[in-house]
Amino acid sequence: MAQARAGLRSRTGWSAAALLPLAFLGLFFAWPVLAIVSLGLREGGVAGALVAGDTWELVGFTLGQAAASTVVAVVAGLPVAFVLARCRIRGLGLVRAAVMVPFVLPTVVVGLAFRTFWPDGGVLPIVLANAFFNVAVVARTVGGLWAHTDRRAEDAARALGASRPRAFLSVVLPALAPAVGSAAAVVFLFCATSFGVVLVLGGSRYRTLETEIYLRTVELFDLSGAAALSLLQFLAVLAVLVLGALARRRRETALSLRGREELARRPSGGERVVVAAAGLVVVALLTPVVGLVTRSLSTRDGWSFAGYAALATRGERGTLAVTGIDAAVNSLRTAFDATLVALVVGVFSAVVLVGLRRSGARIAEVLDTALMLPLGVSAVTVGFGYLITMDALPGDFRTSPLLVPLAQALVVTPLIVRMVLPVLRAVDERLRQAAATLGASPWRVWREVDLPLTGRSLVAAAGFGYVVALGEFGATSFLARPDAPTLPVVIARLMSRPGELNSQMAYAACALLMVVTVGCVLLIERLRVPSSGEF
Amino acid sequence: MALELDSVTVRYGRTAAVSDVSLTVADGEVVALLGPSGCGKSTLLRTIAGLEQPSSGSVAWDSSDLAGVPVHRREFGLVFQDGQLFPHRSVAGNVAFGLRMRRVDREERDKRVLALLELVGLEGYAQRRVTQLSGGEQQRVALARALAPSPRLLLLDEPLSALDRALREQLAVDLARLLREASTTALVVTHDHDEAFTLADRVAIMSRGRVVQVGPPAEVWSSPVDVETAKFLGCNKFVPGSFVGLPVGRVGLRATALRVDPAGPLEGTVLERVHRRDHVRLLVDIDGEEYEAVGPVSVGDRVRLAVDLDGVARVGGE
Repeated sequence: MAQARAGLRSRTGWSAAALLPLAFLGLFFAWPVLAIVSLGLREGGVAGALVAGDTWELVGFTLGQAAASTVVAVVAGLPVAFVLARCRIRGLGLVRAAVMVPFVLPTVVVGLAFRTFWPDGGVLPIVLANAFFNVAVVARTVGGLWAHTDRRAEDAARALGASRPRAFLSVVLPALAPAVGSAAAVVFLFCATSFGVVLVLGGSRYRTLETEIYLRTVELFDLSGAAALSLLQFLAVLAVLVLGALARRRRETALSLRGREELARRPSGGERVVVAAAGLVVVALLTPVVGLVTRSLSTRDGWSFAGYAALATRGERGTLAVTGIDAAVNSLRTAFDATLVALVVGVFSAVVLVGLRRSGARIAEVLDTALMLPLGVSAVTVGFGYLITMDALPGDFRTSPLLVPLAQALVVTPLIVRMVLPVLRAVDERLRQAAATLGASPWRVWREVDLPLTGRSLVAAAGFGYVVALGEFGATSFLARPDAPTLPVVIARLMSRPGELNSQMAYAACALLMVVTVGCVLLIERLRVPSSGEF
Repeated sequence: MALELDSVTVRYGRTAAVSDVSLTVADGEVVALLGPSGCGKSTLLRTIAGLEQPSSGSVAWDSSDLAGVPVHRREFGLVFQDGQLFPHRSVAGNVAFGLRMRRVDREERDKRVLALLELVGLEGYAQRRVTQLSGGEQQRVALARALAPSPRLLLLDEPLSALDRALREQLAVDLARLLREASTTALVVTHDHDEAFTLADRVAIMSRGRVVQVGPPAEVWSSPVDVETAKFLGCNKFVPGSFVGLPVGRVGLRATALRVDPAGPLEGTVLERVHRRDHVRLLVDIDGEEYEAVGPVSVGDRVRLAVDLDGVARVGGE
């Protein structure tokens, strides 16, 4: 309210600044995606695809498996959210990390992990693997709101005679509904556009729009058909995003009503059942991880490090153009570049967004939604779009080593914005005003107040972005040159070729990727926890 | 003339939080903006600091309009109700902040920080973390921080309201001494009249966005401009002046206006008695009307009462 009155000058300045991230999104996101859309429309592929019976079977299976995965993720995520938000028990950090690890594990790794239990794939492992990723989204989103919801409303209901389940249903759940809704929308989106998991576990039998786009492009060279499917998927995603935005808006109004965060309590009575359920979920989440490591060490002839040793080679019968170690080094370097780009764009966008909100400019909503879009649009579509647009750019961009980092940055940027934005917003406006009255210019206020207070979460966001870039598979599989693949691409290639050593090597590479990921997550958790309670 | 407000109006959409306020604060003067919560006094303060823009009217310093001057160039210090200390800096780091912004060199900065910490009674606190301080200590640091760059004008927004009562009274006296010693020009926003009268040379009473009365504390206290102001200043009973033997139209009585006195001119029956901090408060029936009074008697007693003019205010207006 007060901010809405701030000078027109600052509003114009912020709006101008908003054009920079919008231009980045336009060039590296909107253009490729629109190119796909127009390709699909121009070549008449859309009409053909819409009347084909198997298109609707694909849509049905895509949405059906996404809905089932969402239900499983929500049911598994709620008890974990309760434990994270409300309980004071030992090993809470472990729970938090155990939930977070699956979310950032490379999709190919998860696909392989589930294949150690279901060697032939199928619908059940697809649903479980998709849910496995997204328990973290539910637990984090709902848990975040839960921790800030005043416990006294629940206590009041209990004092008025409501039983514990009754109080939960009539007081707690309605308060959490917006968070559950927005988490479910995001999870649905992720599951509907999930690529690596479905490719690894579904093979050619169970296909979603996402994998079909890939197969048509790479194996059938049916570009217009693929473009038509991309268009179809884009529309579905847009619809879900709009629903999610509505839910998020309600959630933010709910958050502004929050009371003081209360101390968590030791669980008692019926709560122990919930804690036990959360424990089961954590064990279930760790099972594929353990299974994968075990598989990477066991061969037909017993325990062996053969797979790890093979990483120094190009695989059995020269499956790869480079050695596993080269691919790993390339992965680390590419992810670093991607994180750097995403960090610059993401932090800049978050700062601009906060500035826009404070000065009450309309364009804030536009930028906010635009920044969320890449999160929902399938990485395969983006990668495919790069293939058909980047030739138009000056220089030999299509073969440039920057292509893969840029595509990965696009996937990572929305996540960084989502992590940094709430922390930046949480900096008390009056603290910034105090600095201004003491003579600090707006830039100086940012450097002296916002930056030191958000520093930890910036580092955490960078670490988080790094692991996501490291595991990115959808866009990378399109764009990585054969002589410079990343580790996930190498894993997929190894799995698609025959040979015991090849698959052994793939499992070893997965285990390595997982170790790096877990290391990053643990680091992020260390950085995150103290900062949450500081202001 | 130092600060000059001319017909300042601040609107949020359709509602005017501040309407047509004109007020001056002279060099070295301390003025209190006193009013109930929601009367627009904090908005006015924020407008002076440059954190809000007036919809019409002007804020001027030494006759030059401040409209185009951003917050950080106004050289006005601001102290918030809850300190708003920088949590990532030590006590010294907080106090030195404004000096760093003005590029004061390190040696002089350190000297000034120590001098200010001594002034607010926090010697030896320089290296403490601000998160370890009590509420009162935090407010002292906030004050030192605002004073350090020698602001042209010090703005205090309910500086003591977040503290408990005993501490508040103690700090109010300290703050008054501090402002006088440093001959600071200051504007204090408060809803507590004790605080306003302790600190200020002049008091401006605000009600629903307007300044309704300005004057020295004693004058405002004894002659509120209207019934509403009188009520805000503690009068709860309004009677003709003749009731207390004054040749004026109407007076307001505070709880201490009547006291038990065997030689007093009024007579009534005690209905209730309540122990307060330092006296006993009575509810007395005089000729069928209920009045508050003070004195050590029991319920049911017939008592005689005298008027204490300190508890009586002449009320202007109708």
